Amino acid sequence: MKDMPQTKIPRAINWNRLDDDKDLEVWNRLTVNFWLPEKVPLSNDIPSWATLTDHEKELTIRVFTGLTLLDTIQNTVGAPSLMPDAVTPHEEAVLTNIAFMEAVHARSYSSIFSTLCSTKEIDEAFRWSDENPHLQAKAKAILDTYAPGNDPLKRKIASVFLESFLFYSGFYLPMYWSSRAKLTNTADLIRLIIRDEAVHGYYIGYKFQLGYEQLDEARQQELKDYAFNLMFELYGIENQYTEELYDQIGLTEDVKVFLHYNANKALQNLGFEALFPPEVSEVNPAILAALSPDSENHDFFSGSGSSYVIGKAVATEDEDWDF
Amino acid sequence: MGAELALIYYSSKSGNTERFVTRLGWPAARIPIDADAPLPDQGDPFVLICPTYADGEGRGAVPKQVIRFLNDPARREKLVGVIGTGNRNFGATYAMSGRIIADKCKVPLLCSFELAGTDTDIARIREGLTKLGKTLCSTAT
Repeated sequence: MKDMPQTKIPRAINWNRLDDDKDLEVWNRLTVNFWLPEKVPLSNDIPSWATLTDHEKELTIRVFTGLTLLDTIQNTVGAPSLMPDAVTPHEEAVLTNIAFMEAVHARSYSSIFSTLCSTKEIDEAFRWSDENPHLQAKAKAILDTYAPGNDPLKRKIASVFLESFLFYSGFYLPMYWSSRAKLTNTADLIRLIIRDEAVHGYYIGYKFQLGYEQLDEARQQELKDYAFNLMFELYGIENQYTEELYDQIGLTEDVKVFLHYNANKALQNLGFEALFPPEVSEVNPAILAALSPDSENHDFFSGSGSSYVIGKAVATEDEDWDF
Repeated sequence: MGAELALIYYSSKSGNTERFVTRLGWPAARIPIDADAPLPDQGDPFVLICPTYADGEGRGAVPKQVIRFLNDPARREKLVGVIGTGNRNFGATYAMSGRIIADKCKVPLLCSFELAGTDTDIARIREGLTKLGKTLCSTAT
């Protein structure tokens, strides 16, 4: 009996004793932001869908099956693989939320499909995603890192790259349609996914930084090299994936700029500096506006807005303000 | 001649704004994360850089410590402008804290940037702060 492995019983989680208040902050953010695809009136996009050409429809469905695969990986493998590495019980709880929301995202694409597409089109697109070499290559590169026994911090690097970089070759398209006033309800749903992925990338990147700070310089350098090498590998795959998808519609170069911009943001989530210089990372303003509609700021410094214009944001209720 | 325009910022433990300010190379004081820690004194006119932590409805955009800092009328009087930061992926609430503070404190929103900023952001903000500092100097005398 002495040699029998002990069953490890976790301690009951006490949210009133926090080791890291970021856990509660992110838990609150994620739970408040919870949503389901039924909330979005996707069927309003049916007339708009009918205006797309056959190729545009096929492209859109393929892009969404590619995104479904990434969400599936993050739901079933990615987020669960981070749980044993959690340094606080609250972090583990946050990861369960992240895992579940990835399932909601994966499920949402099927809601879009059932609203807009025929069964034949849907099945064809899923077959395409099963066989597309670039999509399969990026999935494999990430899954290899998630494998049990691998370095916990490398797993976080891969996870942040999936959350904050790999999705964006796909997210580009609904933002593009939205900027042309097409599939605007679908775009609303995608923006909810983008918002969630932003919190995920931020949080996992933050947890990476905590672990990284405790390492000696040699180990830090090793991890940084690993991160940049993995980014180069994924970027190479993404370039090919982008060309295959977007060449025919003439958007490849625009999408690549979007990839650079998001690669830089993914690296910033890990606390690293940007990789791509500003001149190749300046995203088409129409796409930026589609990402964050109604958030345009009067920029006093650049003189693009009127001088001394006061912000028009709806003042949020907050009892902490004294004035 | 007045003193150089000061910079005050908030940065949570994830450190994006802290990294931005370090690269900017402008003398700056940080509003502490710890609610019990003393807040920086501010005798000179200053610009505030504030990240955004809003939920989907915009609640909680401005960190409580920044609100605590701005609740003092003497500090507010020295605030000449605000820079909001955030992530465009949060849609309509992107960099919303800057807009809220500008509205509340009746100061201009100077600009906004994402996460730890780009080299372009560093250049335009350095230039903007220099210009604004000169403008304030000439109007003060």
